[in-house]
Amino acid sequence: MKQVHFITELFDKYDGRDLLAYLNAGGFTALKKLLDTGSEAVLAEIDASGLQGRGGAAYPTGKKLRQARAEKAARKFVVCNADEGEPGTFKDRELLKRNIYQVIEGMVIAGICTQSQEGIIYVREEYTNMHDEIRSAIAECYKHNYLGKGVLGSPYNFDLKLFSGAGSYVCGEGFAMCESMEGKSGRPRSKPPYVKQEGFLRLPTLVINTETLSTIVSIIKHGADSFRRYGTEKSPGTKLISISGKVNRPGVYEIPFGLTIREIINDLAGGIRNGKKGHFVQIGGASGGILPERLWDTRYTYEDLAKAGLSVGSGAIVVADEDNSLLDYLKVVQDFFRHESCGKCTPCREGNRQLRFIFERITNGTATAADYANLEIVLDVMGKASLCGSGKTEVVPFRTAQRYFPELFMTKETYAAKKAVV
Amino acid sequence: MKPELEQLADSVCAKYDYDAVNLLPILQEIQRLSVHNYISEEMARIIAKKLDITESRVYDVVTYFSALSSEPRGEVIIQICNSTTCNVNNNRDLIRWFEEELGIKVGETTPDNKFTLIFTHCFGACDVSPAVRIDDDVYGMLTREKVKELIAAKRGAGE
Repeated sequence: MKQVHFITELFDKYDGRDLLAYLNAGGFTALKKLLDTGSEAVLAEIDASGLQGRGGAAYPTGKKLRQARAEKAARKFVVCNADEGEPGTFKDRELLKRNIYQVIEGMVIAGICTQSQEGIIYVREEYTNMHDEIRSAIAECYKHNYLGKGVLGSPYNFDLKLFSGAGSYVCGEGFAMCESMEGKSGRPRSKPPYVKQEGFLRLPTLVINTETLSTIVSIIKHGADSFRRYGTEKSPGTKLISISGKVNRPGVYEIPFGLTIREIINDLAGGIRNGKKGHFVQIGGASGGILPERLWDTRYTYEDLAKAGLSVGSGAIVVADEDNSLLDYLKVVQDFFRHESCGKCTPCREGNRQLRFIFERITNGTATAADYANLEIVLDVMGKASLCGSGKTEVVPFRTAQRYFPELFMTKETYAAKKAVV
Repeated sequence: MKPELEQLADSVCAKYDYDAVNLLPILQEIQRLSVHNYISEEMARIIAKKLDITESRVYDVVTYFSALSSEPRGEVIIQICNSTTCNVNNNRDLIRWFEEELGIKVGETTPDNKFTLIFTHCFGACDVSPAVRIDDDVYGMLTREKVKELIAAKRGAGE
């Protein structure tokens, strides 16, 4: 069982933009189930599924919803994070394009379960060409009372609108996202208080990933057991991956957790192009780890990837072949972070500046032993002392590259000396 | 202050109740309606006054976000992805084709103010990489011929 269709069950089964077609295909039955059985039953189902947030942090979704529910305030928000900015990631794009109504259904469910009445779909600016369709899907749902006052005749109200980002990677972080929605530049705030307590407009805010919302709907519809049929004990269910780079069939695939990286590349993505040899993959976005070809038999699960020093992250898999240089690749990654660093905290802002100088010298072959020593210090400080996840996880690609390709991160003399000892 | 700038600012700010919380959509909309696709210093000053916020806050936001510009730009914005996947897929040919067809380097605007060519980070078109974004639309799997056709089509569009 390679590719499966649990979350993507309705992909290509109906015109993704047509509400009536969505209803005919079984749409909004999860919401009706919620209205029939109540929030507690639905939350128990989500708990039982073992679903972990698909935005990258992998926090248990049931727990997250319960925490949001426990917050007391006159106004509470649910924000759908559709700001997928991790390079190599385009799975939310497919969910928004091919099944927007399931995302909306997930939002209404999350709203009712957490007793929030206002929802926002935060869509990245780069997806502007989809904004109008999303807005009209929202309008359709209002027209048929899936949104608005007294949803489907129930006592629950839920309003929903789209907010467009303006091109900033860091805005995928909860606080930065809230700041940008408040008309400010997207800089993370210090915690605590957390977003769930004081997020948008300093009110309780649940920020939840587009894929997580879509998955919730499928779980409620088909039951936690049918979700757990897929995956492993510690990584239950399915995951949308975005695979790209030097493969024959790049694209978005829904997989059960537990396939190996090699199976994903060869059996789903059609193997490496032009019969070339694989070199490495980066898993989970720009802040994801590097895995060399010799370890591609690693299983794609939270636990197996963690053992290798990586994480699932955004679900991106970028495949590089023998023609691609890892150091050049890392330079592109570094350049991305240097540009996207919001500049608020010193470790990330200055660390990125220093990394740039060091990488310049590493890639043009003039790096000295002092450069490699400084690289250690800079990465250490960034990983430990950055304010938000962006700076903290930025070190992951470099750390994993060091782990698997140590010879690239030392002078020729050091390498020769080390080899002689071995 | 130029009355037409005032008028544009008013028409957009009114839609958002002159509430500074809506600064991002306000700026995006005004930029779209502005000549040269940017928020000028003068416009930033007008918006700050209308929303009763500091000019520095407007400037901070305009310079922070990639989709907003404080510098005049061409009518058509061509953004070439320079992130991981497009690099792996060798976007250097694509960059060269655009530079040669437009007669400018990345980061520049054509003398007739028609096109601005810039690098951008991943816009989620990795399945058709190397990809380019022209205004709001995405194009991938390009050849030199297709690049030529795209530019010709855009050039013809405004005339």
